[in-house]
Amino acid sequence: MSGQNEHAHTIVGPRVYVVILFALLVGTALTVWASFVDLGFWNPIIALAIATTKATLVVLYFMHIRYSSRLTMLTVAAGVFMFLALVGMTLADYFSRAWGSW
Amino acid sequence: MSDNTAHDARPPYLRHHFNSVEQQADTSTFAMWLFLLTEVMFFGGLFTAYLIYRNWYYPAFVAASHQLNVVWGATNTLVLIFSSFTMAMGVWCAETRRRKGLVLCLSLTFILGLGFLGIKTIEYREKIEKHHVPGFHYSMQSFLDPQSDPEVYAEYQDKPLQPDMAVHTEVYFSLYFLMTGMHALHMIIGIGILGFMILRARAGAYTSGHVTFVENFGLYWHFVDIIWIYLFALLYLISRHA
Repeated sequence: MSGQNEHAHTIVGPRVYVVILFALLVGTALTVWASFVDLGFWNPIIALAIATTKATLVVLYFMHIRYSSRLTMLTVAAGVFMFLALVGMTLADYFSRAWGSW
Repeated sequence: MSDNTAHDARPPYLRHHFNSVEQQADTSTFAMWLFLLTEVMFFGGLFTAYLIYRNWYYPAFVAASHQLNVVWGATNTLVLIFSSFTMAMGVWCAETRRRKGLVLCLSLTFILGLGFLGIKTIEYREKIEKHHVPGFHYSMQSFLDPQSDPEVYAEYQDKPLQPDMAVHTEVYFSLYFLMTGMHALHMIIGIGILGFMILRARAGAYTSGHVTFVENFGLYWHFVDIIWIYLFALLYLISRHA
């Protein structure tokens, strides 16, 4: 009975995990190094961009989203969208109406 | 309740309300992700609060974040990344039915998780000693007179804050303890579940084809890793030059 089920579930192997581990280590080294360089306005943006890249790698490979069903991909995408919408609207509200009044 | 003669093709772990193993696995993955989305919303609220207060009390947040040690923060980031790797390898071991490999991977994840909490304890202790824990004993000394804190002063040469701005460093530490504390609580829960899983894995529980529990726990553990990736950037890194 397992014949039809086994190919539906992709098993991600050690090689992929090692490559992602290496990428995450490089990302961490990069973000720490970047924090020691004075880039002014760009420091937070670069730190968050590297963090988001690392998080994306974790979600796609460690959490198998790249190999998952459409339903799971859609669930994650909906979560990311909802998160960005809520945070974005809250920040837009504060920054447009209360800016400077504290 | 179960009718074995009618379902003898079904493996014992396939619940009777599912048609196939695949359907059962899809359902539990879907449910796990829905749970993780509620966690995203929970931590999202904390992150948003942090971003707003950081903009409001910017000088206080910059000075207060200089109290964090980037070396400890980076070390803990590496510890968590390695623990995510060992957890991912554990899922692979379960899928390929390697019992010893699974026990090893889960044990390494367990140890790395404890290592993370150990480093966090060192950091918390320093905050306690300097009276940087919000509350009645909170001290603004390091921010009113930065030279009284020679180690941090040597690295950043911060200028003294005015008292009405220095009080807001307490907001930074409130959010620091709230966010890292909630993260640590997730770690503690995860380590507890890992201990349970190690015992079960030794008995061969996850290496006979039914890997859902290990897989879903892996999702949880990686999620906690992602939260830390952002905490590290927001709390430790972005205010070094400001």
